[in-house]
Amino acid sequence: MNRNTAQNSIRPWAVIFWLLVWQGASMLFVALWPNGHLLLASPVSAALRLGELACTAAFWRAVGGSIAHIFGGFLVGCVLAVALAVLSARWHLVRELLYPLTAAVKAVPVVSFIILALVWLDSRSLPLFISALMVFPPVYLNVLAGIAAADAKLLEMARVFRVPLGRRLTGIYLPAVLPYFRSAVSLALGLCWKGGAAAEVIGLPSGTIGERLYTAKVYFQTPDLFAWTAVIVAVSVLFEKLFLALVDALAGKAGL
Amino acid sequence: MELHIKNLCKSFDGRPVLENVSFTAGPGVTCVMAPSGAGKTTLLRILLGLERPDSGSTPSDVRWSAVFQENRLLEHLDAMGNLRFVLGAALDEPAADALLTELGLGDTAGKPVREFSGGMKRRLALARALLAPSDALALDEPFTGLDEENRARCLALIRRTAEEKPVLLVTHDPADAKSLGADVIKL
Repeated sequence: MNRNTAQNSIRPWAVIFWLLVWQGASMLFVALWPNGHLLLASPVSAALRLGELACTAAFWRAVGGSIAHIFGGFLVGCVLAVALAVLSARWHLVRELLYPLTAAVKAVPVVSFIILALVWLDSRSLPLFISALMVFPPVYLNVLAGIAAADAKLLEMARVFRVPLGRRLTGIYLPAVLPYFRSAVSLALGLCWKGGAAAEVIGLPSGTIGERLYTAKVYFQTPDLFAWTAVIVAVSVLFEKLFLALVDALAGKAGL
Repeated sequence: MELHIKNLCKSFDGRPVLENVSFTAGPGVTCVMAPSGAGKTTLLRILLGLERPDSGSTPSDVRWSAVFQENRLLEHLDAMGNLRFVLGAALDEPAADALLTELGLGDTAGKPVREFSGGMKRRLALARALLAPSDALALDEPFTGLDEENRARCLALIRRTAEEKPVLLVTHDPADAKSLGADVIKL
């Protein structure tokens, strides 16, 4: 492990330190105010609440509902981004046409898109749309950069030997694009869960994590708030690991 | 097949690189010799269709096979994978295996090209050019990085191929031209 990797990885002692800070702060709130436990739930109470919730069918329905919307949006965004990156690499006009769109999606706050989209879409479609929107710019731009990074000398070789497009795609473009796609997916999965959860909290589709988060906020159920937030983080990390493992397995199968 | 090259001219940024180059090449080896920067590689690139000449004519419907100045191999694939990339379903595996063995690459199955030495990569680039279906062969410094033994093996294979089709060889070494009994064109 090199020095930078060691510096960027999460160390158990640092996690324990911050959990202790959180526990200390919640105990301080309880000591200072009669209803201090409502202002900041302790990590212990959040963990206990998470355990209780995980024993209910409604919990798993909410998790499943959110995964279906948000991961569905991720897949739609990915497919669109890759397809349009290929078209943009082939036709300069498509790239010029899409440039303002990607710049706008990157610059405009996600909440503006959520409120605007809520005017046109029903609350169930909203997280799917927002997740796809969040995924689009990083995947599109990275795949486009990967295509541009394909070795021009190898492409010339393929042209001289009249290698068909299919083999050029798998032999030259795929190895060039895959590292870019991998880092884009890693970034995009985090973004789509953040954006998708925000869309659920605002749109309130029934039977989702976002709806449960909103309910927890309205009724000052702060242990629930932390428990559901932990679920979002856990599901986001899990999906990132699973998807990257799938990409790595495909790359390994292709000998990359 | 005969290749007729007539009055080929090419300049870069107003600096002429090729001026009225004309020659005819039939089956056998035609050796293009010139000092560095005199346009040898540019000539091959024009013939391969990778550059457009400013004026002059080249044969248009020739199917070329080539060893480039660089090896231009897919580093993540093994030797057979590189041959399969170019030849696809047309790859005759026993014939490819025999050629790889002849070039001293017989025991490299499953080893990605990125782990090959410079000389091994050069020999694989030559194997690819020899196996690919073609009307003519363009070889740009194909012996770079080869020891005497492997150089002799490659010369023998080129000599054999040149009996059937035109081979254009770019080299600095007059001994190569002599050994192959080549016609020499000086730029």
